[in-house]
Amino acid sequence: MNNNFTRPLLLAAALASSFGLYSLTSRPTVAPDPNNAGLKLPAGFGALVVAETGGRARHIAVTPQGNIYVKLNRPKDGKGILELKPAATGKATVTGGFGGYGGTGIAVKDGYLYASSDEDVYRYKLDAKGEVTNPTQPEKIVSGLINRRQHESKSIALDNAGNLYVNIGAYSNSCQIKDRQKGSLGQQNCPILDSAGGIWQFRADKLNQGYGSGSRYATGLRNVVGLDWNAQANQLFVMQHGRDQLHDIFPEMYDTKQSAELPAECLYALTKGANAGWPFLYYDPIQKKKMLAPEYGGDGKKEADPKYLEPAAAYPAHTAPNALLFYTGTMFPEKYRNGAFIAFHGSWNRAPEPQKGYYVVFQPFKNGKPSGPWEVFADNFAGSPEKVASGRADHKPCGLAQGPDGSLYVSDDKAGTIYRIVYNKK
Amino acid sequence: MKKLVVLLSLLAVAAGPAAAQKKTPVKAPAKKAVGVPAAVLAQGKSVYVQNCLSCHQADGLGVDGLNPPLAKTDYVLGDKTRLTKVLLNGLQGVDINGEPYNNVMPAQESLTDAQIAAVLTYVRNSFGNKASALSAAEVKAIRAANKK
Repeated sequence: MNNNFTRPLLLAAALASSFGLYSLTSRPTVAPDPNNAGLKLPAGFGALVVAETGGRARHIAVTPQGNIYVKLNRPKDGKGILELKPAATGKATVTGGFGGYGGTGIAVKDGYLYASSDEDVYRYKLDAKGEVTNPTQPEKIVSGLINRRQHESKSIALDNAGNLYVNIGAYSNSCQIKDRQKGSLGQQNCPILDSAGGIWQFRADKLNQGYGSGSRYATGLRNVVGLDWNAQANQLFVMQHGRDQLHDIFPEMYDTKQSAELPAECLYALTKGANAGWPFLYYDPIQKKKMLAPEYGGDGKKEADPKYLEPAAAYPAHTAPNALLFYTGTMFPEKYRNGAFIAFHGSWNRAPEPQKGYYVVFQPFKNGKPSGPWEVFADNFAGSPEKVASGRADHKPCGLAQGPDGSLYVSDDKAGTIYRIVYNKK
Repeated sequence: MKKLVVLLSLLAVAAGPAAAQKKTPVKAPAKKAVGVPAAVLAQGKSVYVQNCLSCHQADGLGVDGLNPPLAKTDYVLGDKTRLTKVLLNGLQGVDINGEPYNNVMPAQESLTDAQIAAVLTYVRNSFGNKASALSAAEVKAIRAANKK
């Protein structure tokens, strides 16, 4: 009797609570900060500060479960990789750390977390919860890559065929006999290119690889910090940091204004064996031409040998593209699908002209190729136009990652802020 | 009589700051770069703009991780010989105030002794720095010893 009476009540209560649960989970719980984390974004987008890591957050990776891994330029309290777990609100706390080495590269692929120091690449096994199972005993995939301080970042990307791509930046500005010395000419055939100034390819699952077991996939790339595999084109795209100091080195050929605008920061679509032409050329975005570098006989007017790879797109000089990400999520509107986000760390070599950058750009793509003009997507990392001009930015965007829900994460290696950009409009 | 007035007023001037300091802890008057003629600073600034600014920046604070700051560092404010040799020989791979800076500084040995003296004097007395001037003769001597 009693049972018969209470049963419908319990059922009703159970139904009510499950409806309540349903409405909770269906409601978007990740809310942008009231000030959008200080960023300027297109209409319908919002942003929140996920966490303040206090470290120099270079690249960033997010697992399918939503765990965030941040690679620090220098270890903080002995930890070069930070693990963050976001709450339902999107706010996260640092829940762990490991990897006592500084570096830039980090990526999640097929159940592994890959991370690089400035000489080596390691990988860690991820479990079903997206947590690293062997934090103190990673597998050493690649070691012994050259690091002579300049352009030291060993940024990484992985394709869908089990290959790992590693940037080995040139330890030089323009392969002069005396680096950055006024008037010094280029070294013949630039021997730096033997071990740097390109992208090297390794197997993603093979241990203890080095120069001997990898291959130089593409050359003539001065320094690539941002690179990503484009699954639509089945092709590696890279953002090169163009050469510095045309005026300082060849003041009779270039004035300070020209030096600030030359050369473009270039996006390249690579195929095996590609040669983008550094140090023998630079790309002039005003003339839209590959120009012979003054170190190798150029004068600002002579064009380079046409055999070198044409850039796929060009961006303002010296703005330092530090991350490239092809967006494959569905949270953002259709136009962003398969397009590229590029994080520009911001310039220094435009002085005495005002500095530029410190923003995330969107480059539309169609059928695996850049299509149409790029636009600034997320701005005001610097804090004010004055801070952009002086180069004294509050934040410098350095890494990009896509969350499982299609959010865009941005890391900042100036103050260590982790941002998350979401789309709210329905 | 006139002499006495002058003497008294001189004494008053001399005693003035001391007396003031006793009474209230007034801020010490901004120290001028004693003995650094404006013309030398102007020459130094001109050399700085031409040869140093693009890396070390207009505010002398350098670039994070790449080009070191010139403000409040022992390298700039300390030993003149070591500082002069940075210009004569260039520099790379040295941490400044505990921070690494990865760009190469090229040697500036093509600058004249007077230009090096002026720019170092300027840098040592700009960006909040205060340190003694360098003379062209000092640079000349350091350069001669550097060649040996």
